[in-house]
Amino acid sequence: MRFHLTDDQRALRDGVRQLLARRFDREALWAAVAAPGLDRALWRALGEAGFFALRLPEADGGVGLGLPEAVLAFEEAGRALLPGPLIATHLAAGSVPGAATGEAVVTAVDGGLVEWLAEADVVHGGADRAPLPRPGEAVPLRSVDPLTPLHRVPGPGPGLGPDRARAGDPALVAVLLTAAEQLGTATRVCELAVQHARTREQFGQPIGAFQAVKHLCADMLVRAEVARAAVYAAAVTAGPADIATARLLAGEAALRSTRDCLQVHGGMGFTWESEVHLHLKRAWVRARRGGDVTDSEELLAADLVA
Amino acid sequence: MDLADTPEEREFRARLREWLAEALPALPPRPAPDDWPGRRAHDLGWQRMLYDAGYAHVHWEASASIRLIFLEETERAGAPYVGANFVGLLHAGPTIAAEGTAGQRARWLEPILRGEEVWCQGFSEPGAGSDLAALRTRAWRDGDDYVVSGSKIWTSHAEVADWCELLVRTDPSAPKHRGITWLAMPMDAPGVTVRPLRTLAGSAEFAEVFLDEVRVPAAHRVGDENDGWRVTMVTLSFERGTAFAGEVVACRRVLGELARTARENGRWDDPALRRRLGRLNAEFRALWRLTQWNVSAAEASGGVPGVGGSVFKLRYSHARQELYDTAADVLGPDSLDLDRPWTLDRLSSLSYTIAAGTSQIQRTIVAERILGLPKGR
Ligand SMILES: Cc1cc2nc3c(=O)[nH]c(=O)nc-3n(C[C@H](O)[C@H](O)[C@H](O)COP(=O)(O)OP(=O)(O)OC[C@H]3O[C@@H](n4cnc5c(N)ncnc54)[C@H](O)[C@@H]3O)c2cc1C
Repeated sequence: MRFHLTDDQRALRDGVRQLLARRFDREALWAAVAAPGLDRALWRALGEAGFFALRLPEADGGVGLGLPEAVLAFEEAGRALLPGPLIATHLAAGSVPGAATGEAVVTAVDGGLVEWLAEADVVHGGADRAPLPRPGEAVPLRSVDPLTPLHRVPGPGPGLGPDRARAGDPALVAVLLTAAEQLGTATRVCELAVQHARTREQFGQPIGAFQAVKHLCADMLVRAEVARAAVYAAAVTAGPADIATARLLAGEAALRSTRDCLQVHGGMGFTWESEVHLHLKRAWVRARRGGDVTDSEELLAADLVA
Repeated sequence: MDLADTPEEREFRARLREWLAEALPALPPRPAPDDWPGRRAHDLGWQRMLYDAGYAHVHWEASASIRLIFLEETERAGAPYVGANFVGLLHAGPTIAAEGTAGQRARWLEPILRGEEVWCQGFSEPGAGSDLAALRTRAWRDGDDYVVSGSKIWTSHAEVADWCELLVRTDPSAPKHRGITWLAMPMDAPGVTVRPLRTLAGSAEFAEVFLDEVRVPAAHRVGDENDGWRVTMVTLSFERGTAFAGEVVACRRVLGELARTARENGRWDDPALRRRLGRLNAEFRALWRLTQWNVSAAEASGGVPGVGGSVFKLRYSHARQELYDTAADVLGPDSLDLDRPWTLDRLSSLSYTIAAGTSQIQRTIVAERILGLPKGR
């Protein structure tokens, strides 16, 4: 058993992190919030770096890596709050021309919603294999996440019940990559909370010296670490039960830790200027993808008596 | 990143599995929880079988991956867990192996491995639990001996133990972390009185230990005089490290039994309950992955179990309680029957967020030692 990152995997993770720090720094993030729209140049840069073609065989012009590497890349995307239909485009590499290189933007219908519909070149049936929206059928929402425009389409589509989930199914891969993004969020908001707790002073000392704050932070780390083990293991096995586990643990970590991070930031956390709400809102959007949480719980219940 | 056995690990797993299939049917059932002498004999018998088959060292010398395989396979086969040997095998032994002299290793390690001697842990005192370094049990030097007076509390298995890993204060004038010494005390020494305490589960598995001018040879000191706090940290890192790993496998087995019970008694038709079971499945799968991750990371960096054990212990102790609370909902009125094994397990799970450092203390450790938050005043 060598269940730790190899040197190559560490290098890949660091490479993606550096690319995103260069091409999508906090200034770019806030610029995107102020003027929503998909940055096509950034999309192509991601394509060039192999983000979309990561799992495409080398013979087909891809990078030829596997799910563990994809999970590391999407974790970084989650950390950085990188916007766009990243997973749908990644899954379309190899089948939609231009997806692999970032020339095309591909989105997918999922759970009655479509992310980034107006900016996409191609719409897929997506995780739910739902019928594509006919013109005029998709209705824009005022999306809670300023960096994820959403359209609603008729019919929620089937969930990810035990009967549907088979290893290797792209719908399952989408669930796993979403979990990886949630893990990135959980890790990032823990860091943000710790940074703030170290510097913000009240009662003559950093608030991080107070046990109530300390314990919020400790719980954030514990959630992130348990989620990390679950997500990485699911990337190695690609089994439906492992992926459901990853989804439940990473989803919980992202949803609860973004809230705790907001709490640690106090009034500052409730302002638009603070990054915290962007993480929280994105975590909410991701939590709706790939069927309901209860589907994963049912799958894992069925697994107990299988 | 992979989860597959190496060829050496595969070979170990296969050999162990074969041996367990032969050895276990010969093992008598474990005596009831209130029969500690019976349990002691049983647990030592099992340790002896492991020794004779060459598996006794597995907690100390094998690679951590091999240790996980051992825990996984023994639990899967329904073999006993360490039981009365917990302290000897999982913390006193490893501490002596790491910090003891050659003579001390020769004296104490083999009997633990052969299943001849049982250890207990005399750390906590009535006035020193979470604040362990506040301990007041005194020891002063008299010739070749230390003379020890004071009292310890919550000492698990004290009644059936041969040796005690004992923390004593040897310099009352030093700052509280400095004047402590780690001693190996024979439990049959004159002046040692054990008064069993009844736990909320009704049995007497821990005790108060009164020490009245007990003479402990100075040669039984592990580490330097007044350097006991450092030795204690070694002990605690073993205690919180992989010591609970085998129990995760046990919890996963219980969860499967619960699901089958729910199917038989109709509770399975309740979607809320079914989903709770599904979530617990996720929880224990993830805890097992976390164990593998921690062990693999420690092995890759050549390290010993560090504060990462606190991360695991925090999450595991709560998950275990949730498991048995859910069991009660599966069993319904039967969950109030003490003759149902899960009822006792539910009661004993209440100790997991307290023993080996409370959840509050673990959180503080994670925040200060892993996240680097400032110490409170
Ligand atoms: C089943 C069982 C077996 C045990 N076996 C052994 C054994 O074999 N040998 C041994 O030496 N000990 C043993 N213990 C003792 C165990 O280690 C202590 O009970 C534990 O460390 C807590 O100490 P305490 O009981 O004195 O509680 P206290 O320290 O009095 O704590 C009471 C409450 O206050 C909280 N608290 C205390 N300090 C702080 C703080 N700084 N910040 C926040 N909250 C705080 C605690 O979290 C807890 O909720 C055992 C305990 C149990 C339950």
